[in-house]
Amino acid sequence: MYNVDFKIISNRKIAKNTFEMTLSGDTRGIAPGQFVNLKLDGFYLRRPISVCDYTPDTLTLIYKVVGHGTEAMSKMAPGETLDALTGLGNGYDTSRSGDRPLLIGGGAGVPPMYVLAKKLLAEGKKSTAILGFNSADEAFYEAEFKALGCETYVTTADGSYGIRGFVTDAMDLDYTYFYTCGPEPMLRAVYNKSVTSGQFSFEERMGCGFGACMGCTCKTKYGHKRICKDGPVLTREEIVW
Amino acid sequence: MTNTQVTLSGLTLSNPVIPASGTFGYGYEFAEIYDINCLGSFSFKGTTREPRFGNEPPRIAETASGMLNAVGLQNPGIDKVISEELPKLRKVFRKPVVANISGFSIDEYAECCERIDKEEGVGLIEVNISCPNVHCGGMSFGTSPESAAEVTRAVKAVTSKPVYMKLSPNVTDIAAIAKACEDAGADGVSLINTLMGMRIDLRHRAPVLRNVTGGLSGPAVFPVALRMVWQVYEAVRIPIIGMGGVACAEDVIEMMLAGATAVEVGAANLVDPFASKKIVEELPRVMERLHIENLTDIIGGAHHG
Repeated sequence: MYNVDFKIISNRKIAKNTFEMTLSGDTRGIAPGQFVNLKLDGFYLRRPISVCDYTPDTLTLIYKVVGHGTEAMSKMAPGETLDALTGLGNGYDTSRSGDRPLLIGGGAGVPPMYVLAKKLLAEGKKSTAILGFNSADEAFYEAEFKALGCETYVTTADGSYGIRGFVTDAMDLDYTYFYTCGPEPMLRAVYNKSVTSGQFSFEERMGCGFGACMGCTCKTKYGHKRICKDGPVLTREEIVW
Repeated sequence: MTNTQVTLSGLTLSNPVIPASGTFGYGYEFAEIYDINCLGSFSFKGTTREPRFGNEPPRIAETASGMLNAVGLQNPGIDKVISEELPKLRKVFRKPVVANISGFSIDEYAECCERIDKEEGVGLIEVNISCPNVHCGGMSFGTSPESAAEVTRAVKAVTSKPVYMKLSPNVTDIAAIAKACEDAGADGVSLINTLMGMRIDLRHRAPVLRNVTGGLSGPAVFPVALRMVWQVYEAVRIPIIGMGGVACAEDVIEMMLAGATAVEVGAANLVDPFASKKIVEELPRVMERLHIENLTDIIGGAHHG
């Protein structure tokens, strides 16, 4: 864990209620599937946001406006600073992916799939992504995934773009392993539909985000795990729904 | 030169700053980012006889200037704490630690305290009779002078280390309960635990916390905690560990002026993992500015006559 002051480079709307923020600052210790925990003026607890992309000195976050905190974030301007705790959570393990991994992201669960796809592709693995949204106006990053060289399918629940239905309606593909992040009902559906092992990234209300307060503990087949420290990524074999 | 030393029932601390139970785990997460030996001591995660998962999530909710938690005493149980956590903890923390003990019966309190009493690294025992997030235990022992005294007597009978009773603010008269603990032989009192509160999720029209209620902490509770430390100081002669929303060195001084001998830092550690360290470092500078040479001189210093 590091405490880093980032400077906002850009903060733009990319879809309905969805913003992409690019920041400059030291990203050492950050890995795909991890999150950063942001201190916002006027709010007591930090906001955990998954990492969408990073270089050694820039960080990209995509966040959905869901409450006062993320609304305040959406109004921040380039040049402003953000105090972040970085390198939080276990992240995805790419060593188990096989040569044809499938990445399944839903809504605000899409961003962590982006940097993961980058890593898997860099490791020479033929990666396929399914990006699920409610409707066309909420969809984002299809072109970015495709630009990485990732075969990409988009689903919308209302059929206004791409495949009509949920991410599970696009899952009849050939894959060796999968990685997923999204709302819990989607994770359950993916769990039931999938035919291989895989890794799931979970969300929970957190106090600290670094393992101290036991605010986000869940039960697994191998004991109690803190979503923030021992997770947010759990493997299929250990999940208890 | 400033002297930050304070003494709690014969246990001398290099400074009065003690991370509060439940906000510091067993120390390791913090030891990874700074040398926690700069702290006066720290109070480890509330420990019970049996291992506990605690409450179902969500366990955390935000409030104005604070937070609610309903963790519900998640801990690995006294056996594991003694066999695994304490030996690990000794590797990162060389000073005597505060052992926070909780329970669901008088026997359980006594048994856990008797066992932790034999642990060399434990400097004092903080007996939590004030957890608001468990049923049939915790706070139910801390809401009447009689039951608080009963736990105190049972624990004192089986321990040789200083016993500090951790009191609940969710009572009509905290001073009467502190007095009952003192009369029953407590070496000190520690206050306040969290204030019971709740939040409702507007979209789901249901409580945010699965436990419905949780304990409020953070700067929002500081004035309440300060007032209670003040009242208890007027009622008892035993030392007080003051806590509740402490976020900076000035808050430490304020708590001590109200009557605290040492001060615990809780929720601040969760928002800024370096909070306790920063307070320790800031304290001598704030003392100099306020012309305080010896910190012990100011304990209860705002009470006149």
